[in-house]
Amino acid sequence: MKSWRAQVLVCAGAGCVSSGCRKIRDAIVAGVENHGLKQEVKVIETGCIGSCNLGPLVLINPEGVLYQKLTPEDARDIVAEHLAGGKLVERLLYKDPLTGRPVARLEEIDFFKYQQKIVLRNCGLIDPMNIEEYVAREGYQALHKVLTSMTPEKVVDEIIDSGLRGRGGAGFSTGLKWKFARQAQGALKYVVCNADEGDPGAFMDRSVLEGDPHSVIEAMAIAGYTIGSSQGYVYIRAEYPLAIERLEWAIRQARERKYLGRNIFGTGFDFDVEIRIGAGAFVCGEETALLTSIEGRRGEPRPRPPFPAVKGLFGFPTLINNVETYANIPAIILKGAQWFASFGTEKSKGTKVFALAGSVINTGLVEVPMGTTLRDLVFKIGGGIMDKKQFKAAQTGGPSGGCIPAEHLDIPIDYESLTRIGAIVGSGGLIITDENTCIVDFARFFMDFTQSESCGKCPPCRIGTKRILEILIRITQGRGREDDIDRLVELCNNIKDTALCGLGQTAPNPVLTTIKYFRDEYLEHINDKHCRAGVCRRLKKQAAVKIS
Amino acid sequence: MENQGCSCAPINEEDLYPKIEEIINQHRGNQNALIMVLHKAQNLFGYLPGRVQEMVSLGLGVPLSEVYGVATFYAFFSMVPKGRHEIKVCLGTACYVRGGQKIVEYLEKGLGVRVGDTTKDRRFSLNEVRCVGACSLAPAVLVNDDVYAQVDPAKVDEILVKYE
Repeated sequence: MKSWRAQVLVCAGAGCVSSGCRKIRDAIVAGVENHGLKQEVKVIETGCIGSCNLGPLVLINPEGVLYQKLTPEDARDIVAEHLAGGKLVERLLYKDPLTGRPVARLEEIDFFKYQQKIVLRNCGLIDPMNIEEYVAREGYQALHKVLTSMTPEKVVDEIIDSGLRGRGGAGFSTGLKWKFARQAQGALKYVVCNADEGDPGAFMDRSVLEGDPHSVIEAMAIAGYTIGSSQGYVYIRAEYPLAIERLEWAIRQARERKYLGRNIFGTGFDFDVEIRIGAGAFVCGEETALLTSIEGRRGEPRPRPPFPAVKGLFGFPTLINNVETYANIPAIILKGAQWFASFGTEKSKGTKVFALAGSVINTGLVEVPMGTTLRDLVFKIGGGIMDKKQFKAAQTGGPSGGCIPAEHLDIPIDYESLTRIGAIVGSGGLIITDENTCIVDFARFFMDFTQSESCGKCPPCRIGTKRILEILIRITQGRGREDDIDRLVELCNNIKDTALCGLGQTAPNPVLTTIKYFRDEYLEHINDKHCRAGVCRRLKKQAAVKIS
Repeated sequence: MENQGCSCAPINEEDLYPKIEEIINQHRGNQNALIMVLHKAQNLFGYLPGRVQEMVSLGLGVPLSEVYGVATFYAFFSMVPKGRHEIKVCLGTACYVRGGQKIVEYLEKGLGVRVGDTTKDRRFSLNEVRCVGACSLAPAVLVNDDVYAQVDPAKVDEILVKYE
């Protein structure tokens, strides 16, 4: 491979695309040519580097210097001063929000310093449209290792030993799931990737597919070998056109290079992957609904058991995992279960990717070891709350998750700890709110979402969420009744116990956790007709009598 | 998916029927291809006319009631013609926290339509969308497939003049 004096990585995640990164790339490419640096400097478009609020941004290697919030003129200066002149362009560096001092190197910036990248190991470092770059970073070596030197049983054992649990939200042991799918009997079997990332506020899977699509394809092939399947499907949201484009391209390249197709690595193993595009239905993120949708029908869930591992797509045993879960697999195979299990807590191993957004200063994509505290995520990586406001609540897991108040900021983020306080790790959406958010209206927002996304098949979800929504709307309009809170809790618990699928069973979580931790605010709305955040317009912003 | 661009409101819908016939022929008798074919039809026509649904039903061997069932189940499919450009305001959680609802209200006022409707001149359709994954840059607005980040009402006007 040709060696370059410098590499300019231009972030082309969907966030930076919308900030105008294409113009930056063009300006850098033109500048490099004008300065006669074409033989020395390579310009690469990468997937998400992570700090979306700093976009458009470029990273210059090998020095690891990050330039942020660029215009095409800035890009020309970077070429003239940094690449040609060998001097840092200080005015374009990241400024530490506390000291105001410029920080040149990416790894010294707080946002990146505390991260541990396993899933995102290639994201923002390689050109996702060029398979060579994936291969150069040990790409498809895990597949080679599995096909040439591991039995399927050994793969299953490795995944079980690693302690990896499903990153889609439920947290079930991935290794066990693979074992069940392997043991199931069927004339055909399928491997499915759930890329229907529907939680509002979540973009982890989108970023992985945009930035490192081959890691998912490779993992699906490994899964195919392990369970005895030769066909995979990726079910991806139609709302993610860039991810679809890059994944399609990656599949085509993998076929050309014979990492997909017949007789992979000359071992007689056949495997191929096809894409199925969703059509805008949140419930299709539920695994049985997703499979029904791949079959071309209305995406309605069905009762489990039978689980997909026994009876799934087209009635055959099917292994279904989420994007982030798959992205972990090649790393586990290459580096071993023990290495993976050295990250995280006793029961939650490895790392978790979060989409950090809302009222924090640094927003974007972050990957941290399981067990990192919420406080570290919000204040060290997130840089604290914007505009010197107060932290109010962190919302994890989208419409299926819960609100975590300030008193639990020191909670370690892992499956068990969050479940204990009524929230969930979920798929990784993490929205931070400040005092401008009305907690009752926030709960109404989520219920409005789940209510309109309820597929209508089972009555608890179809009718129950509607009733909850009506009560919440009434409260936010100043027509709350004294027994509303009790009524909400009773309704919520009934729906949790009786709804058919995960959507309904978790829909009450935002309401239950906000009642648990912010009961005062509900009472203010109901009794005093007062909304302290000033969001509910029919209510007074100022309390008539000061509430102590 | 080919042809992601907006091909709404063509001058002559009749010309499109041979094209959809061709697409249906590629999947003739394959019931599992229903959603895929509807995607392509929607891209072509900008919506799903009744006649197209009948053709799909016959071609794939799926009862018309089921075609209709699928077309109404998924938010991406529309039964009514849309404007030349589709504005989608993101109302995912991050956009909600950072004021997406205000953008909706501003657009409703400015365009004189409600969410879900199309302007009289068929220039714009206004819709809400549940998260496009641009949460770090909230609030986000999509016009066709272009994502605009950190939008405020003043920026909305600047964006819309680009679309005739």
